[in-house]
Amino acid sequence: MTESALEVVQLCKRYGSVTALNELSFAAPAAKVTAVLGPNGAGKTTALEICEGFRTADSGVVRVLGRHPRSDAAALRPRLGVMLQSGGMHPGASAATLLDHVASLYATPLNTAALSERLGLSGLGRTPVRRLSGGEQRRLAFALAIVGRPELVVLDEPTTGLDPQARLAVWDVVRELTQAGVTIVLTTHLLEEAERVADHVVIIDGGTTVAEGTLPELIGAESASVLTVRTREPIAVNDLAAVVPTGVTVREVSPGHYLLTGEVGPDVTARVATWCTEHSVVASELSLRQRSLEDVFLDLTGRELRP
Amino acid sequence: MTSPLDYSPAPGAASAGRRVRSQTVLELGTTLRNGEQLLLTLGIPLILLVALTVVPILDLGTSARIDVVTPGILALAVMSTAFTGLAIATGFDRRAGALKFLGSTPLSRGQLLTAKFFAVVVTEVLQVALIAVVALLLGWHPHGSPFEVVTLLLMGTAAFCSLGFALSGVLRAEATLAVANAIYLLLLLGGGVIIPTDRLPAAWSAIASGLPSGALANGLRTVLITGATLPWSCLAILAVWTVIGVIVAVKTFRWE
Repeated sequence: MTESALEVVQLCKRYGSVTALNELSFAAPAAKVTAVLGPNGAGKTTALEICEGFRTADSGVVRVLGRHPRSDAAALRPRLGVMLQSGGMHPGASAATLLDHVASLYATPLNTAALSERLGLSGLGRTPVRRLSGGEQRRLAFALAIVGRPELVVLDEPTTGLDPQARLAVWDVVRELTQAGVTIVLTTHLLEEAERVADHVVIIDGGTTVAEGTLPELIGAESASVLTVRTREPIAVNDLAAVVPTGVTVREVSPGHYLLTGEVGPDVTARVATWCTEHSVVASELSLRQRSLEDVFLDLTGRELRP
Repeated sequence: MTSPLDYSPAPGAASAGRRVRSQTVLELGTTLRNGEQLLLTLGIPLILLVALTVVPILDLGTSARIDVVTPGILALAVMSTAFTGLAIATGFDRRAGALKFLGSTPLSRGQLLTAKFFAVVVTEVLQVALIAVVALLLGWHPHGSPFEVVTLLLMGTAAFCSLGFALSGVLRAEATLAVANAIYLLLLLGGGVIIPTDRLPAAWSAIASGLPSGALANGLRTVLITGATLPWSCLAILAVWTVIGVIVAVKTFRWE
């Protein structure tokens, strides 16, 4: 077991009558990417901000690089890079001014010209932050989080508002950071990206951890697959369930759209196809794929919209 | 060949002096590039200096008009930069999350406030120089020792800075903008700034003399018009306001 750069144990936080965190526990292994996932309001930002020292927990333990986020704040600040969920920059300053300024707060910062070039910030000139596009602001905030050469970087939704190219650039840098020994903890709503970039995944809901582990641990064995069935006319879930072996779960996503999960293989696909033919059901889609992080996420946190 | 980007962790803070200096330069740069701030800190004081001297709209007493007007304008310059400008900028930086982010860097709260104070002082040096040049061209004859004038200006700056921080800590950004401008206008007109406190209605005069604006302007007039020694009562009033401002600011300062 690798050593943890960040440890959260049974963290509780209430805002008035609202419980934001309910005995939340997870750990972020050193020099790896940990993705903290969860629906809106799950408590992700609250948890990160307690780790960053912006908020205090009502109870529980947080160790950031082995230290307490508030009482050891002065010692931790140079070691921790933070990208807030939004904003974080002086509206009147230019990107280059801000990046150079933040770099000068640290003893041995990154080369700001090279970092600007890497994140496509070099061409922004003297434009003040408030007139930069949303994507440019996010890239600048990301640069500010890593310019001080921290050991641990906490990124709250780093790719929100970025175009695909900028997203790739950010994920590439995240990879390079972990290869250089930096620990990354991030939140995102883009589960495909989390699946591509994360070594360790924490899924939280209602302020508590509902799953934690490496991707293979969460997604399951290689054999775990998902069969998607779409039909022109709705069919009864029980009819479909009757033709597949036990160990396969059938779920209706919407009338005419069904997901079969569990021990689903080509034999199951063949049985469903045969059943459709026998019952004159026109299947517009019958596709087998590997189970994804999104399947795990939706299984654990439900498919209903949050109020 | 080594890549210019070595991401391997090398954490460490720059020296405290370097952090404060860099933050001061940032604050100064954003202030001097902000058109509205420049109008407030330089435009309005200079316009009032010329207008009040040239147009006999207010009864300012027996001394030469420029000699009465200039100390008030110097007090106004301090008030605009150290109070109104500082409070508004701090409020909007906070709303943008800029202060919160700085709270995650090696810059401490004390260093941030120190840098903001230094940036205010440098801005005031520019203001005082410009106002003095224009006033001298208009026939200003200052008296008193420069040391005493600088002491009064610094004491006024300390009082208004602490009150500016306090205001931005108590109110939201938009409310800070509105209230800081309203207080600026009220003190400008009734706080002993352009109308000396002894020309205000008697009942109000005593109150205005106890306000930071009145104390600063009265102190500056006493020294610059008559060449009298440092008026300790004015310094004492400014010191009391500084203490009040610091207490409130420390209690209400928030990174976000």
